[in-house]
Amino acid sequence: MAKVKDILIDPVSKNNPITYQILGVCSALAVTSKVQTSFVMAVALTLVVTGSNLVISLMRKMIPSKIRMIVELSVISTLVILVDQVLKATAYDVSKQLSVFVGLIITNCIVMGRAEAFALQNPPKESVLDGIGNGLGYSAILLIVGTIREIFGSGTWAGLKVMPDAYANNGLMLLPPSAFLIIGMLIWAQRTWMTKVFEED
Amino acid sequence: MKFMLDMHDKMRPLFEKGGKLEKLWPLFDAHDTFVFTPADTTHEGSHLRDAIDLKRVMITVIFALGPAILFGIWNAGHQHNLNAEGATAGILSDMMQGAWIVLPIIFVSYAAGGVWEVLFATVRRHEINEGFLVTGMLFPLTLPPTIPLWQVAVGISFGVVIGKEVFGGTGMNVLNPALTARAFLFFAYPVQMSGDAVWTAVDGFVGATPLSIAAATVEGSSVVEALTSAGYSFSSMLMGAIPGSIGETSALMALLGAGILLMTGIGSGRIMASMVVGALVMGTTLKLFGSSAFSDLPPHYHLVMGGFAFGCVFMATDPVSAAATARGQLIYGFLIGVIAVIVRTINPAYPEGVMLAILFMNVMAPLIDHYVLQAHIKSRAANRGLANA
Repeated sequence: MAKVKDILIDPVSKNNPITYQILGVCSALAVTSKVQTSFVMAVALTLVVTGSNLVISLMRKMIPSKIRMIVELSVISTLVILVDQVLKATAYDVSKQLSVFVGLIITNCIVMGRAEAFALQNPPKESVLDGIGNGLGYSAILLIVGTIREIFGSGTWAGLKVMPDAYANNGLMLLPPSAFLIIGMLIWAQRTWMTKVFEED
Repeated sequence: MKFMLDMHDKMRPLFEKGGKLEKLWPLFDAHDTFVFTPADTTHEGSHLRDAIDLKRVMITVIFALGPAILFGIWNAGHQHNLNAEGATAGILSDMMQGAWIVLPIIFVSYAAGGVWEVLFATVRRHEINEGFLVTGMLFPLTLPPTIPLWQVAVGISFGVVIGKEVFGGTGMNVLNPALTARAFLFFAYPVQMSGDAVWTAVDGFVGATPLSIAAATVEGSSVVEALTSAGYSFSSMLMGAIPGSIGETSALMALLGAGILLMTGIGSGRIMASMVVGALVMGTTLKLFGSSAFSDLPPHYHLVMGGFAFGCVFMATDPVSAAATARGQLIYGFLIGVIAVIVRTINPAYPEGVMLAILFMNVMAPLIDHYVLQAHIKSRAANRGLANA
């Protein structure tokens, strides 16, 4: 069972899709000014990457390798459209705030990357775990960045006021470049704490 | 002095490897090199012998900043007295008032930045660097006198950590740390960093700077007239007894600083000259072809408005973040001048284009150097090829 645990846990920590593989950064910059949008985006991506890993893994022996990208893309886009429509129907406000970025999950390198690198070679069970693991790794970073940006930029967390009235909001935190800075510092922290892991690799 | 040196030498073993306070060696080393002349010399064959070192370079820059600092202190007090009491007070009263406003800002900048500097030096076991003496002084001079002190601390912390230490400390930084700190504050707290209410240290007093007047001039009317009616002329902006960032208002003081930097060979005259040329060229181009009221400004006005002179002399010439090759420096300076005027004139939301222009070209400087070197290598190769043939 150790392997199952590795598949699930690795992408959350040392093999994190954002801070180690540096994938999916675009959406991490765009939607993380608030915790709420970060959370919805994280759930949406986790669902898509898990679903696409499952479907592609099931079809992996039938997909001709020459057109595998196109097959993968159509699976992913189907799932993204599903998620987008569900969001529009149930949480219209959030879906409006996320604007094009749910749709852009189609081009998110994490989804395509996991399909190419994992689901095509592995059975469905492991692929689903890998999808969940990478989704969680992405979610963790998104929530950390969203939390920092919302607390320092707006003085609130998920809409609840956490900073005293005297706190002056930091306008930079509401601008997308601040996510670059925060992700950069997360990478710095991770590399400092896990130096051994990275050097062994 | 002898007594102090003896004390100092007695304490040395405590800090050396194996001593009790081994971890604090950078602190001891800083004291050693700042105050005394260290005994150790270059260990291996050195190829270049020069009395000047990083410490002398940085101290010279501080001296060159002297006129701007003193004038900035006087001007902060002058503006305060002028607008709080409605009359000019004596120079002594202006200096006292100005010191009351400016010195805390400088002190906080040194203290907060110094803490980070020492922390990183201790953890990474590198030397505490004299470069910080300049960063910690440049930064307060670019701030409005009304800046809250905690923002000074936050700003300089960002400048030192993200602008410099992330890249490995002095010498490795891509961006000018003082400007990085200012840019951070500019985007994070625009209310305290821009607008018309922050430039004079009197509560509730609103006084527009020349740049904001120029940017606000409506189409069809003349910028120079708008400036004149607000009390700004070319010579008053050159002298600098006007509201603005602490050290930036007086182009004349920056010019004095430039004199010191050029005489001692510390600052790059190529960068300064080409930056002025760049601004004049772009200013002229805009005057000829531009359509807004601001673009009609006579090009030489750009040189005395806002932080242009200060940025040109002290910021753009930072030897670490500027281009290093001779031809590269010309290109680098020229483009800073051009971009600064473009940002100022075309985008009224960012009146202070000089800061953004210098930071932008900081990023480009290594690329410029690379192409200049490649071109040089190619031309040498071509010459040799011809000679051999």
